[in-house]
Formats: sequence, structure tokens, C-alpha cells
Amino acid sequence: MITLEHITVRFGEKTVLEQFSAVLPVRGITALAGPSGCGKTTLLRVLAGLQPVDAGRVALPGRACLLFQEDRLLPWRTAGEHIADVLPRARRGEVPRWLALAELEGEAQRYPAELSGGMGRRLALARCLACGGEVLLLDEPFTGVDLPRAARIMARIRALEVPVLLSSHQPEILAQCSQVLEVTGPPLQLR
Amino acid sequence: MTPSTTSRNQAGRILQKTVFPLVVWLGVWQLASLWVGKELLLPGPLAVAERLVTLAGTGEFWRTALVSLGRIFGGFFAGALLGSALAVLTSASPWAECLLAPAVKLARAVPVASFIVLVLLWAPGGWVPGIISGLMVLPVLWANVSKGIAQTDRLLLEAARVYRFGRWKTVALVCLPSVFPYVSSGCSTGLGLAWKAGIAAEVLCQPRPAIGSQVYAAKLTLDTPGLFAWTAVVVFLSLALDQLLSLLFRRAGRGANL
Repeated sequence: MITLEHITVRFGEKTVLEQFSAVLPVRGITALAGPSGCGKTTLLRVLAGLQPVDAGRVALPGRACLLFQEDRLLPWRTAGEHIADVLPRARRGEVPRWLALAELEGEAQRYPAELSGGMGRRLALARCLACGGEVLLLDEPFTGVDLPRAARIMARIRALEVPVLLSSHQPEILAQCSQVLEVTGPPLQLR
Repeated sequence: MTPSTTSRNQAGRILQKTVFPLVVWLGVWQLASLWVGKELLLPGPLAVAERLVTLAGTGEFWRTALVSLGRIFGGFFAGALLGSALAVLTSASPWAECLLAPAVKLARAVPVASFIVLVLLWAPGGWVPGIISGLMVLPVLWANVSKGIAQTDRLLLEAARVYRFGRWKTVALVCLPSVFPYVSSGCSTGLGLAWKAGIAAEVLCQPRPAIGSQVYAAKLTLDTPGLFAWTAVVVFLSLALDQLLSLLFRRAGRGANL
């Protein structure tokens, strides 16, 4: 279980999370669905340990890996190198497998500037999945990715059998999740 | 576009960017020299070329040019290395920044002639041009590398943390490529300064052999074509080294897609 107890996060005058408490399952794919700016990204960043909290406690079953809302690709590394960089040396041979998961076969030698927006997003997703962890936190993983392709990739992510918590606006993506948590805010609240 | 059109375009660009201005300015120089009419005041390009050919026929010329090149490039290299290292230190530690930033800024403001005279009091004459070149380059690289470090994308650093890069991997994959363009431009600026200051130091310190000492001797003997010829050597060496560095940086940058 992912446990959040009375989490408060403020940015100056703005309170994004206020005494937010929830127990989230660590199985299947759980989605956070809500309007932009309601605090989903902040919650995922809190879970990834990147956002300091003003109050409260977070408990995760292990290490979480976050797919950022932005691609955050290194302009000077090729697609293949992006995957290899997050893999231990002994697992470098897995690069083609992770690229194939995101339908980027044949793109290993290309730099981010040579990829389309959707391809860049898929590369960022593949990097996060390759990095792994006990929980995967995916912030809007399919922005700019066409829906049939996103559906195929979702099926592959499910087959990895790693607990996933993702945020999305896309109904087609939400429809493929094991559980959808409707949220509003700020401050973030479960409906 | 066919290969022959591409090569015609390239030839056209070379003609426009190199040959045309060179021919025009050499012509202006020759006309000005003819108008002045005294080689002592303004020798023409032909007289200077003749002097240069005479000089190049001696072993002493090559030894002098190589020693000056070694001194100034050595100073440049040491200054660039030290400036970059100081930038890393001052970026990492606010205490080091408070301590070293005023000193580096002072080094930038002090007139080069004062530095030359001071360093001449403390070091052997042969060392002064190299030290002065290094002192001129150090603040430039310090400022550029500091700026590069400050401009490193925080979002990429955060990603490196999430994807467990570790310290050295983060430096190698995120920090160094981010700083690379700043190092490249700092080296280009610093190299020009190193040559100017280094030759000025050689003129004042008179080490032997040295291009600066030859420039000074030409002044004493009123050998204006000689003065122009040695100046041309400095200009050529400075441009050649700048081109070489640019090529090296371009190669290194292309390998890393920078």
C-alpha cells in the first residue's frame, strides 16, 4: 500500500495539498483523473521524494520511479543511450527490448531533436520503465502519443506487473486502468 | 543540388569571405604605403612578405616562433584549466565564491602592463609571458564556466537524480555537456587575449628567443618591415591556433551532438 497521511504542500500563498490522506493500492494500474492544476503532479512528486512536504508522512513499499510531466531528455544522448544510461551494466543488452516496448525500434541512434514530440514522450516513458522500481509514477505518460499506440503500450506496461500510479486526462487511457481515482483541487481532494 | 553545384557554392563562399576581403585590404595597404612613400613609416605588403621570406629561411625564426608559441599556449592551457577548476569550486561552495570572486574580478581589472612588471619582479623573464597569458585567460574561463554551470538545466539534474545516475555519471552526462559550449567560447576569447598579453610581456621582459623580443629589436633598429613581419607571424599563429581549437571543439561537440 502507498500511504499518505495528512500531507500539506504549499507554494507561497497557494496550498496544493492540505492535510491530504489516502491509501493507494500497489497492484495494477491506478489512475488519478482530474483537471489541470489540481495537484496531481505535486502528489506524484511527493511520492517520488522530490517535493518536500510542509507536514505529513508518506510510506511507499519501495523505491518509486517517476516519469516527469516533461520529457527531460538529454539533447546530446541518443535514444539507445537514454535507455542504457538507466540500466545497470549487466543489463545493457535489454536496450532493444525497452525501445520495442515503446515502439521505438530502429530509433536507437537518433537524438531527441530528431524525434517527433510523441516519439520523445515514448522514449521518456521507456527510460522510466527501464529504470524500474517497486512503484512506477507516470505523469501524463501519453501526451502527444496517438491513442491506438498508447493502448498497445498500456497493455505492455500492464504485462510488466509493476504497480503503476499515473495521472491522465485521456478517457481512453483511463478506461484501461484497474482503478480510477477522481480528484479535484487545489487543494487536492479525492472525490 | 548536384555535387558540382555544391562545390561551386563552396568556392563562391570562400571567394566572398576570404579572398575578396584579403585582396581588397592588401590593395588598400599597398596604396597607403605608396601614398606615404617611406618604408620606415609604412612598408607595403610586398616588402613585408619579402622580409618574412628572408626570416623564414633561418632556423632562428622557427625556433623563436615555436618557443613563443609554446610559452603562450602553455600559459593559455594552464589558465584555462585553472579558471575552469576555480569555476567548479566557486559554483560548488558559496564560501569559495565569496573568497575568490573578488580576486578573479580584480585580476580582470588590473592593467596587463602592471601585471607584467609585477610578475617580472617575482619570476624569471622566460616565465612571465606564459604566466601573463594564463592570468588573462583565467578570469574569462572562470566567468564562462561559472555561467555554464549556473545555466545547467535543473530539470535535467532532477531527472538524473530520479534515474539514479550517481555523482560522476551526472557530471559526465549532464553537467559537462551543458558547460561545453561555454568552455568553447571562453577558449576562443581567451586565446586572443593570451596572444596579445603574452607578446606584450615578451616585449617588456625580453626573454630569448621570443617573438616579442624580435618586435622590440625591430623597433630599436627602425626595421619596420621586420616589425610587420613578426606581427604577421603572431597573427598567423593566433588564427591558426584558434582554427585548430575550433576544429577540436567542433569535432568533440559533434561526437556528443552538442
